[in-house]
Amino acid sequence: MSDVVTRDAGPAAGPGPGGAARRVFRRILHSRLTFPLVCLLLVLLLNVIVTTATTGSPGPFFQIALTNGTLNGPLITILNRSSELVILALGMTMTVSCSAGTDISVGAVMAFSGSVSIWLLGFGTLPQNDYHVKAYVVPYVVGLLVAVLVGALCGVWNGFLVSRLRIQPMVATLILFTGGRGLAKVFADGQIDKVDVASYKWLGNFIQDSSGKNIVPVPTAIFIAGGMVLVTALVLRYTPLGMNIQAVGINNKASRILGLKSARLILLAYVFCGVCAAIAGIIATSRIGGIDANNCGKLIELDAILAVALGGNSLAGGKFSLSGSVIGAITIQALTTVLYSINVSADQLPFYKAIVVVIIVVLQSPETRPMWERFKARWRRTAPSVTAGDAA
Amino acid sequence: MSAVDVGRPGRPSRPGLLGGIWRGLRARFYGNNFLVLITIVLFAAMYIVGIFIYRDKNFGSLNSFFDMLNSNPGLIVIAAGMTMVLVSGGIDISVGSQVAMYCMMLAYFMEHKGVSAATMIVVVLVTGIVFGLVQGVLVAYFRIQPFIVTLAGMFFARGMTAMISPQTIDITNRDFMGLATKRIYFPFGGYTNAAGVYQRPFIYLSVVLAVFALLVVFTIMTWTKFGRNVYAVGGGEQSALLMGLNTRRTKLTVYTFNGLLTAFGGFLFCLFSTGGAVEKAQGFEMQAIASSVIGGALLTGGVGNVIGSFFGVLVQTTITKFINFNGTLANGWSSIVLAAIMSFFIILQSVFAYVRNKRR
Repeated sequence: MSDVVTRDAGPAAGPGPGGAARRVFRRILHSRLTFPLVCLLLVLLLNVIVTTATTGSPGPFFQIALTNGTLNGPLITILNRSSELVILALGMTMTVSCSAGTDISVGAVMAFSGSVSIWLLGFGTLPQNDYHVKAYVVPYVVGLLVAVLVGALCGVWNGFLVSRLRIQPMVATLILFTGGRGLAKVFADGQIDKVDVASYKWLGNFIQDSSGKNIVPVPTAIFIAGGMVLVTALVLRYTPLGMNIQAVGINNKASRILGLKSARLILLAYVFCGVCAAIAGIIATSRIGGIDANNCGKLIELDAILAVALGGNSLAGGKFSLSGSVIGAITIQALTTVLYSINVSADQLPFYKAIVVVIIVVLQSPETRPMWERFKARWRRTAPSVTAGDAA
Repeated sequence: MSAVDVGRPGRPSRPGLLGGIWRGLRARFYGNNFLVLITIVLFAAMYIVGIFIYRDKNFGSLNSFFDMLNSNPGLIVIAAGMTMVLVSGGIDISVGSQVAMYCMMLAYFMEHKGVSAATMIVVVLVTGIVFGLVQGVLVAYFRIQPFIVTLAGMFFARGMTAMISPQTIDITNRDFMGLATKRIYFPFGGYTNAAGVYQRPFIYLSVVLAVFALLVVFTIMTWTKFGRNVYAVGGGEQSALLMGLNTRRTKLTVYTFNGLLTAFGGFLFCLFSTGGAVEKAQGFEMQAIASSVIGGALLTGGVGNVIGSFFGVLVQTTITKFINFNGTLANGWSSIVLAAIMSFFIILQSVFAYVRNKRR
């Protein structure tokens, strides 16, 4: 451990207590997670300020109350609402890392897989029942598995186009972005299909017993998102998969020469992204207890990309930080919450998000620092002459 | 002919008639315009099929053809601008939101603030230039990925639309509506409807403006220094830089010019839809990108033709028309067919790229 510290700081830092503090500070400053964490803290601070301004004290924001067997409170709401985004951000991180491209079809895949599973759950009975699933025609688990399968197949299609045909990821996924929602509409028969079975709403809300009482006080979506993050992190940590994906992202050709099956890894990343989208779709449809093919996961792909960028991941591929993406996703949801609480309408929301995006990317840009240095140098050069003129 | 012959050694330097045709075809095949040719053939085939299938619905009349143009003046211009951006190696996904913003600006300020139509048109065009300029600076001078910059632009413009007004506003301004309803009639090619009244084919003034803008962009891209620079930058930025091109300024100009075109396209879109709403032109950017891709623009940059994007728009409109005329299909099908055609073209492009790389 101490070995690492000395290597990081180098001999220039020198001995003494001041040097140690500086070393720790520098380590924190250079950590990949610092930037996303600072963003998250800033947004949470904003939340606290707004709560204080509206209610007179910062307390309500941190309050978590147990009412009717469920935990309630702004923090729980933020975590609950961000779970789809967290799951999508996991998949998106993989595609960004290994192919330097974004999968813009995740929102459409969410709608598609959701509508296929509901179509199957109410197979053949939908038109008679006014597009309500009164009882499962096939077992619920089969419906879920088929949704995941549909997501995986969409991922295979995207991954095939990107890895085998070498099509730019954004263009390859543009196909499903356009067609996926159309397919969802065809499966939903152009209607908003509803599911009336109580257990369908468990995954997006709370797990209940037969009398409708909540058994688990924490929203189920938080468990699903947490489980996904845990599984993904463990797999990437304890298998060579994570490193291989990064290697392909950093230099595709070199890793292929080294013997990595780069095309297969890219395909795998897209399949994973599709599966993530399907799981997010299951949560989203379960939340509202039905599928609205037009609005399910609408524009969420952009939030997912933003989460990856906010997490300090370069969109040019290569090294990634899974925890960064997760923090990024939660930050976006926290930002949304604070904007809603100061009465910004859902339509106006993108305006503020845009400003956040521009600030982040300008700060991350490799050109900003040299530009700032040039500006500072020019200012230093001109400053003395100005003061001299004032003195005269 | 023989002086520029680059044939392999051992081949006759002067080809015969058939050989000449073969060489010409082969050059076409590998050239940039072959994909455009496929698009045009596809459009013609679809249209001819449509004429036979929907004979009773006057698909073959000039009215029907003009109808396709009349409903898409904005898309024609914006697809041309998109092609230019794609050729430069970038992308602009903010155009749909921008169109919504311009429509809302026109509607709100003309209806609620009483600003004259002429002033507002100028204001919209200037806003477009500024919007494009900012995006261009971020792309060219800060080296941020175009996708991310224009993603922010997309969010910004859509949010701005809601900030100007969350309501749906219909335009009633007399000057503006005069422009919007100005028709140019054609003396032939019409049909007689069921009531026995002869329907004269017409195009709106906005279509004439759109086609004019298209031709201007085509001229700039084909015969000016700037246009050739755009192709050079898109084809290989490093090589263009080594060649002495100011790649940054070229990119900046591309995005600024595209901003102007988007504003003009938004104005034409507004002439057709005559109103502003937050949800206007949703997914418009993908329609524009799809038109360019179908029209033969490579998303890796350097290859593309503005005329191709025009036919891309026509192919898309024909699909929608088919689905509408059929009447029994769910509305999801038009986007599915569009996606299928897009995948056909995208896969075709990658095959071409593969073949071309193999030859090198």
